[in-house]
Amino acid sequence: MKLLRPVIIFLGLLVVWQLLVSITGVAAFILPAPLSVLSALFAQWPLLLSHAGVTISEILLGLGLGMLLGCSSALVIANFRSARLWILPVLVVSQAIPVFALAPILVLWLGYGLASKVAMATLIIYFPVTVAFYDGLRRTEPGWLDLAQVMGGSRWRTLTQIRIPAALPALASGLRVAASVAPIGAIVGEWVGSSAGLGYLMLHANARLQVDVMFAALLVLALFAVCLYFSIDRGLRLLIPWQADKTL
Amino acid sequence: MTDVSAPSNNVQNAISGISLRSASLSYEGKVVFEDLDLDLPVGHMTCLLGPSGVGKSSLLRYIAGLSGNGAEATVSGRLLFNGTEGSKADVAYLAQQDLLLPWLNVLDNVMLGSRLRGVRPDCGRASALLERVGLRGQEKSRPASLSGGMRQRVALARTLMEDRPIVLMDEPFSALDAITRFELQELASSLLAGKTTLLVTHDPLEALRIGHRLLLLTGSPARFETPIDPPSEPLRDAGTVEVAALQAAIMERLTAAKHQARAASSNAQIQAGQ
Repeated sequence: MKLLRPVIIFLGLLVVWQLLVSITGVAAFILPAPLSVLSALFAQWPLLLSHAGVTISEILLGLGLGMLLGCSSALVIANFRSARLWILPVLVVSQAIPVFALAPILVLWLGYGLASKVAMATLIIYFPVTVAFYDGLRRTEPGWLDLAQVMGGSRWRTLTQIRIPAALPALASGLRVAASVAPIGAIVGEWVGSSAGLGYLMLHANARLQVDVMFAALLVLALFAVCLYFSIDRGLRLLIPWQADKTL
Repeated sequence: MTDVSAPSNNVQNAISGISLRSASLSYEGKVVFEDLDLDLPVGHMTCLLGPSGVGKSSLLRYIAGLSGNGAEATVSGRLLFNGTEGSKADVAYLAQQDLLLPWLNVLDNVMLGSRLRGVRPDCGRASALLERVGLRGQEKSRPASLSGGMRQRVALARTLMEDRPIVLMDEPFSALDAITRFELQELASSLLAGKTTLLVTHDPLEALRIGHRLLLLTGSPARFETPIDPPSEPLRDAGTVEVAALQAAIMERLTAAKHQARAASSNAQIQAGQ
């Protein structure tokens, strides 16, 4: 039943969608029937696949880079007071600027290629990862730190043996958020200016009233985003079996 | 310049596992204890009793060198371990929570000290200690799969693994059920024999079962009352008349101390009101 439930929900939504189209008789360039989206998916799959490849690499590169930068920043601000005093306000203020507003500037600076989209995805996940990990590093159980002090543990070893592992569940929440917002960054980047990727394909198809192709691209993107989220969630659960939260 | 009184001081200190001279501690301006002297005999278990909030745990943390952590604290005084000043390397610490790391298995938790100091852990000794606390075969278990009593046994093994002459314990059995507490008191008493131990507890009976000497800390700032030395050697039978009489006497002293503290605080409030 656990595996069957999502399949039933998915099929149910398809049926509702098909019924909506059949009953209202809405034009295909406004809302295409699921069957025509499926046929577009099959007819255009080499095209979809090549564009999906571009978007997926943008998302994965952005995720990797954002995680790396976020984790390093969190480690620096958690361990060095002076760094915290200088960086934390900048970090908070930077979040007041909508990342979407930066997209045109990034495209201007980094060009129409991969770099501007990777930068967008990196930017959008940097803050949640940094804040989650920093929060985790700050909230180490004080008793563990007392124990480490009495045992004569060095600062470095206390960090690697206790503070970092203890912060992993918090980091994991940040990574889950990152996995769900990274595709947004890449797609927004593609919308602003690009020559490849699912976002580009959707704009391109939309301009030519190929709404079925647009929906097919959306479907591929949604499918990938869901797979990405669940594989990261699953991976984190395997890596951090002791974490407290058991939601989802 | 040579201090003529120094040798006699050393002789006096040599019989003390822990000596405290003119120890003072205040948190954010509130004096916890002031000008406190304490000598804990080598190889004995000393139990520290007192009303809650009097500063028992603060005193233990002072000796463990943990006073400066967290709140704003002012610390002064001399602390001597086996007659020498300042070294904290002689102390092992067991808190009320087991403080096991959930990502390490039982064996690795016992060997945590070596990990933190970056030295090669002695697996054989850790396994032997686990066997002594009755956890043979649990080496690979995660703490989450153990009961509260088993977890505190692992914590006890971890404390013993440190192999320090001085052991400080802060209400280590208070979160356990009565039967488990009873068993662990016995276990701790036998495994810690020969070590200088300071046990903070709120349970007079526990102190009477396993302590060589009982100290009562009362008042604000906290002072020691006359210590209690129960007649026989631990482990004592909790059912004897002597133990029951001593328990009643301790309860009476603790209750009186609590009433005094209440009266003092309401007096202070009245004065503040005026």
